Amino acid sequence: MSQYILEMRGITKTFPGVKALEDVNLKVKEGEIHALCGENGAGKSTLMKVLSGVYAHGSYTGDILFKDKVCEFRNIKESEELGIVIIHQELALIPYLSIAENIFLGNERSRGGIINWHETTLRTRELLQRVGLYESPNTLIKDIGVGKQQLAEIAKALAKRVKLLILDEPTAALNEDDSANLLTLMLELKKQGISCIIISHKLNEIERVADSITILRDGKTIETLDKKRDGVDEDRIIKGMVGRDLTQRFPERESNIGETILDVQNWNVYHPQRESQKVIDNVSFHIRKGEVVGIAGLMGAGRTELAMSLFGGAYGKKISGTVFKNGKEIKFKSVSDAINKGLAYVTEDRKHYGLVLIDDIKRNISLTSLPKLSKRGVVNQNREVIIAEDFRKKMNIKSSGIHQKTGNLSGGNQQKVVLSKWILSEPDILILDEPTRGIDVGAKYEIYTIINQLAAEGKGVLVISSELPEILGMCDRIYVMNEGRITGEVDREEATQEKLMKLMTKSRG
Amino acid sequence: MDMLRNVFKNNIRQYGMIVALVFITILFQILTDGILLKPLNVTNLILQNSYILVLAIGMVLVIITGHIDLSVGSVAAFIGALAGIMMVNMNMPFYLAIIVSLVLGALVGAWQGFWVAYVKIPSFIVTLAGMLLFRGLTMIVLDGKSIAPFPKAFQKISSGFLPDFTVGSLNFLTIIIGIVLSLVYIGIEVYNRRLQKRYGFEPTSGKGFIVKMVVIVAVINLFMYVLASYKGIPNILIILFALVVIYSFVMNRSIMGRHIYALGGNEKAASLSGVKTKKVTFWVFVNMGVMAALSGLIFAARLNAATPKAGTNFELDAIAASFIGGASASGGIGTVIGAIIGGLVMGVMNNGMSLIGLGIDWQQGIKGLVLLAAVGFDIYNKNKSS
Repeated sequence: MSQYILEMRGITKTFPGVKALEDVNLKVKEGEIHALCGENGAGKSTLMKVLSGVYAHGSYTGDILFKDKVCEFRNIKESEELGIVIIHQELALIPYLSIAENIFLGNERSRGGIINWHETTLRTRELLQRVGLYESPNTLIKDIGVGKQQLAEIAKALAKRVKLLILDEPTAALNEDDSANLLTLMLELKKQGISCIIISHKLNEIERVADSITILRDGKTIETLDKKRDGVDEDRIIKGMVGRDLTQRFPERESNIGETILDVQNWNVYHPQRESQKVIDNVSFHIRKGEVVGIAGLMGAGRTELAMSLFGGAYGKKISGTVFKNGKEIKFKSVSDAINKGLAYVTEDRKHYGLVLIDDIKRNISLTSLPKLSKRGVVNQNREVIIAEDFRKKMNIKSSGIHQKTGNLSGGNQQKVVLSKWILSEPDILILDEPTRGIDVGAKYEIYTIINQLAAEGKGVLVISSELPEILGMCDRIYVMNEGRITGEVDREEATQEKLMKLMTKSRG
Repeated sequence: MDMLRNVFKNNIRQYGMIVALVFITILFQILTDGILLKPLNVTNLILQNSYILVLAIGMVLVIITGHIDLSVGSVAAFIGALAGIMMVNMNMPFYLAIIVSLVLGALVGAWQGFWVAYVKIPSFIVTLAGMLLFRGLTMIVLDGKSIAPFPKAFQKISSGFLPDFTVGSLNFLTIIIGIVLSLVYIGIEVYNRRLQKRYGFEPTSGKGFIVKMVVIVAVINLFMYVLASYKGIPNILIILFALVVIYSFVMNRSIMGRHIYALGGNEKAASLSGVKTKKVTFWVFVNMGVMAALSGLIFAARLNAATPKAGTNFELDAIAASFIGGASASGGIGTVIGAIIGGLVMGVMNNGMSLIGLGIDWQQGIKGLVLLAAVGFDIYNKNKSS
């Protein structure tokens, strides 16, 4: 038997139009903690979905060897039978069932279809002790905190006799103490002979627990580092993660920066459901006329929450802070108030928050600007058609006509419709949240050109993006966020990927 | 040509329903040996279905926003009962009682709209509660008994006709109204066409334009001729006509209508585009309350009594009419004219099946299958197109 519990060889997975994974290799030794690192979209989650059978055998090419045996998983059930268990970032627990019921869900201790509660409770007690969770097996999941829920998930994995545990961003939602606990538990499980793959953006954690590290970038394996041999530290990992050639091109732009147009001071926002959790913590920033300002950060850093809470309180509770527009204090009481006062927010999720997919291009473009196209509440449909047609040509929206449903357009063209809608509303400040997510390279260039045009017209533009090259290529000034705070402000000249990545992973304290 | 095909594809549901209505009408016309389209029966059809059609107009708006209202039958009964108390027991003048009733309907709608829009209780539950609540209140205010008779002037809403200037056996005024309507219709079409030209659009082909106008003018005048051979235009038809024109205009041309469609199509996107989603939902329910009240008044006037059992199952007929007429259960899709056509499909089937002596048991079953088939066809079409 070789020293590897898992070998993935030459994995290639394509989605329509995109190569998500290309010839990826991953080797995990028996009884080690193996970290998987890479930027958002590097292919980490896709790789784990291939491994666990979410993408069935046949939908990818390459081989998976588990304990030297070739595996062809058709679904999650099959991989779990062999002891490969994945715990996702979004926990898969049912809030209104007890810990014991959750741990044995789909794996019930039963005879002839009747659940043996006695055995269930006893086994749960054992498992909870192993993971260090001191709660009654009958406690409902909704009544324990996220940290303890995470432990319950691991207990659930142990109940399935896990050999290889995969943790996707396990500490993203945890506080410091819970995170430290979880890492200690991982080391404990390692002693018991359980191998582990951890995906995490928190490089200090990886440095602490991982024995070896595989770095993915743009769907390819870049390198595998051995902690003992290579003496890995955070800077070394960052270099591997971002050290790519700039393949994308950005249109040239002459910055012509004027006065401050928007100034936000001491912005605080709390979570809409868990009202004690602070999502945005004392954030201050400003945008000037004709300036493109970037906000970099990892997923969950609070960038979207910041933008949406500013946009007429579309997110969050107990919002506090002051906003100045052109030097005068201003309040955005509702979304429509924010729009009337010259703010526009282009969402990161255009399908759910940006477009009415069952409506056509024309109606989507005019939606925010109907009062402008109307007299006494009656829409001038002829003008509407002309304006929509104008945008279709100007923005190069590829479609059969303005009456095509937006649900049938490609991602890039959908994004152009959303942008048209907001440009028609004639804002002074635009917030663009992941403006090029899921868009092919050609359309990206067109959207960058539009952004530059908007800045040239003297509007203030705020770009939120997870893609560092995009931030570096487009922005005059960059704020970096992590855990709801701004961890740094960098000028275009001084910005490098390494510097931003360091700020993006900089923790509190 | 491609564009024409697209337009047809997008409207297949609506045209499909008109075709179905024509088909069902012809079918029963044959089965009933021509009784169905006799002037007397056509007039009856209008009178019998008027209160459902009024409800369907309100209901389709509710369904477009992605909600449902199960309480309209009970609300109609409740308002009818209150109108009876005001007019019969308190001797209030009928016009004042009508106004008070409509305001009360609006208040009922506001009550339900508040729970749905602002407290975010699912409309199914709010209006199920309303269905029980207002049925109970109806029985309480009526003390379990019927109130009758209503003043003559009030009954005229449902049983009256426009005064006639009969020439021979034909109602002359009706014919004149038919001609005037035709002229107005032609005028609007020509005006729109000119406007489009001024904005520099390619107008649709002249031939198609004229064919469409000839067909519609012929239908209007034929219909008026049929009515004229009996007692002329029923008062209720004028109310219905006005409602259809006003609501179609609001839904297609006004900001409010656009906001209703956008809200139903994608509430989150609409809200992030500046649509005041809560306010719009609230007002759609207020409107439904007013329409339910109007329906209750029409029904009470037709029956010439306010009874505790009035309005039973009206909500189901109104909902069925909306869905048969092309509204989507997930919201965002539907038209006022579609709901009217859906209501007429149901009405013609009811009437036709009664005429050929089919029992109420068979009628119920067949109507159920038609509803299922209509919505099934809708889903099939959607899956095919995506």
